[in-house]
Amino acid sequence: MATVQPVKARSAAAYALELQGVSRSFGALKALSDIDLRVASGERRAVLGANGAGKTTLFNAITGDFPPTSGRIRFFGEDVTSLPAHERIRRGLRRTYQSSQLFHGLTVLDNLFLAVRGVSRGRFSFLRPTRNDSSLEAAEEMMETVRMTHLANTSVSELAHGQQRQLEIGMALAGAPRFILFDEPAAGLASAERAELITVLDNLPEHIGYIIIEHDLDVALRVVTYCTIMHNGALFKEGRPEEIEQDPDVQRIYLGGGHG
Amino acid sequence: MASVLDETPRTNDGTLARLVRSLRWYYVAMIAFLLIYPLITGGFWTVQIGAQTLILGTIALSLMLLAGYGGMVSLSQLTIAGLAGYMIAVFGGASGGLGLGWPPFVAIPMAIAVATLFATLVGVISVRTEGIYTIMITLAVGMAFYFFVLQNREIFNAFDGFAGLRPPLVLGINMREANNFYFFCLAIAGFGYCLVLYLSRAPFGLALQAVRDNPRRMRALGFNIQAHRVAAHALAGFLAALGGMLLVWMNGQISPGSVGIAPLISILIIAILGGIRHPVGPFIGALIFVLLDNFAMQLIGGDRFNTVIGLIFLVIVLFSPDGVLGLWKMFRNRLRRQPQDSVESRTE
Repeated sequence: MATVQPVKARSAAAYALELQGVSRSFGALKALSDIDLRVASGERRAVLGANGAGKTTLFNAITGDFPPTSGRIRFFGEDVTSLPAHERIRRGLRRTYQSSQLFHGLTVLDNLFLAVRGVSRGRFSFLRPTRNDSSLEAAEEMMETVRMTHLANTSVSELAHGQQRQLEIGMALAGAPRFILFDEPAAGLASAERAELITVLDNLPEHIGYIIIEHDLDVALRVVTYCTIMHNGALFKEGRPEEIEQDPDVQRIYLGGGHG
Repeated sequence: MASVLDETPRTNDGTLARLVRSLRWYYVAMIAFLLIYPLITGGFWTVQIGAQTLILGTIALSLMLLAGYGGMVSLSQLTIAGLAGYMIAVFGGASGGLGLGWPPFVAIPMAIAVATLFATLVGVISVRTEGIYTIMITLAVGMAFYFFVLQNREIFNAFDGFAGLRPPLVLGINMREANNFYFFCLAIAGFGYCLVLYLSRAPFGLALQAVRDNPRRMRALGFNIQAHRVAAHALAGFLAALGGMLLVWMNGQISPGSVGIAPLISILIIAILGGIRHPVGPFIGALIFVLLDNFAMQLIGGDRFNTVIGLIFLVIVLFSPDGVLGLWKMFRNRLRRQPQDSVESRTE
């Protein structure tokens, strides 16, 4: 395996995300093995690899959906390894899913409202929000950001695939995130929608860092500054987009060739 | 499509004006009927049919909140209602000098608090499971409670239970009088119905429905879904306890038979019969159940009246898994389609 070097040496607290020796097994299957990864605050990183390389499992380990079998995870310097998923989210971590995970019986506004309320006070509130409720205003602002204001009261089940992906991104951006994990956000999007996605990702505030898993290299390599390649549950290579694009080993993985 | 913005004021009108504007004719008709019902019926119809429907509807409403909005089918709602009834007897006192004899204004809130606390504990245990396992755990809680009260003489007076339990005077009004008791039950049931309906669009209720639909996503939005489910159990327990309080006053007694497996299952039947998608469903289910319970025996004899209840339950659920409410929706949709169809057939 190639030696993995961090972007540049930084103090521990400067990293948004720091994984040390993270492994995850499902019975005899080792889905992640000994992952060491550091992502700086505000950095935009792509995690690439063939199907089954362990990219989504890595996201699940970071968010706490499937806690790691061994290893440590630090989020902005704080050890979050033993924290439940919702506590990590409240610390500013967000994610999207490979297939849209929305509330199909609720409206677009309801979905965004829940995304905002989930990380603010009043999750157990018995009082219906008033017109100037801060969560409601934040949800309406987010609708504008992802250009869905005209669909506010539309049920999610009535949205087209591209609109559902758009809403997924809106939910990830709701409630002042510090770091986002995008899991194949361009999957199934038309070319115009992909262009719009690139604009949204490029226009994110500088302090928001993210990791993007994306099979469409035209999208992934355009929006990130650094790439990590995974293969068989382990880190395989890291580099800048232009280096990764030209790398013969990476091309072999993507073309399905054997890796020695 | 309903939204969190529903009922949110868009104009500067007063609350009353908005409320009046949002009232549909059938709501007005139903409220008027419920108010004049005891005046046009007699004692049996007022208490045995009217009040009992409202009481069982309130207990089933607590199950509707858990199952319909939270996706958690609990079989221990009648157990919680029964505990509230038992505690009213234990704290307040019953015939034969049993109980502690505390004044009603202390005994009643304490009884409801104990039952709500018990419901919260049931929630803490059962939210670790889902689906059939939740049903089994809550059934086990119900059965354990039944055998406990059957064998425990020190607190629950074992097989004999408690008798002579009557509602207290409230602000000088005699709640033992049939009409007054009916209106008291109507007030409690109305409170429960409005509370559940209001909560369905409040952040708590909205989040509960989202937890039901996609718990993993809710966790990824920062919600502690276990805490949310436990809170739903506590709230449902509070409603069930209110129903239990009324039930023990209506029957005038409580014994292990009141919390056995048959009444436990009856609450599930009532909720499903009426429909668990809307808070009105449990009351419709309770009305059908109470009518059958009172009159099926006269029609086909005491041995087979449960068969009639079972058959009617099967027929309704077979045609509409969403109970009577589902049947009503199917009928309404067909009515709405019909004028359109006739226009289309004329065009052809």
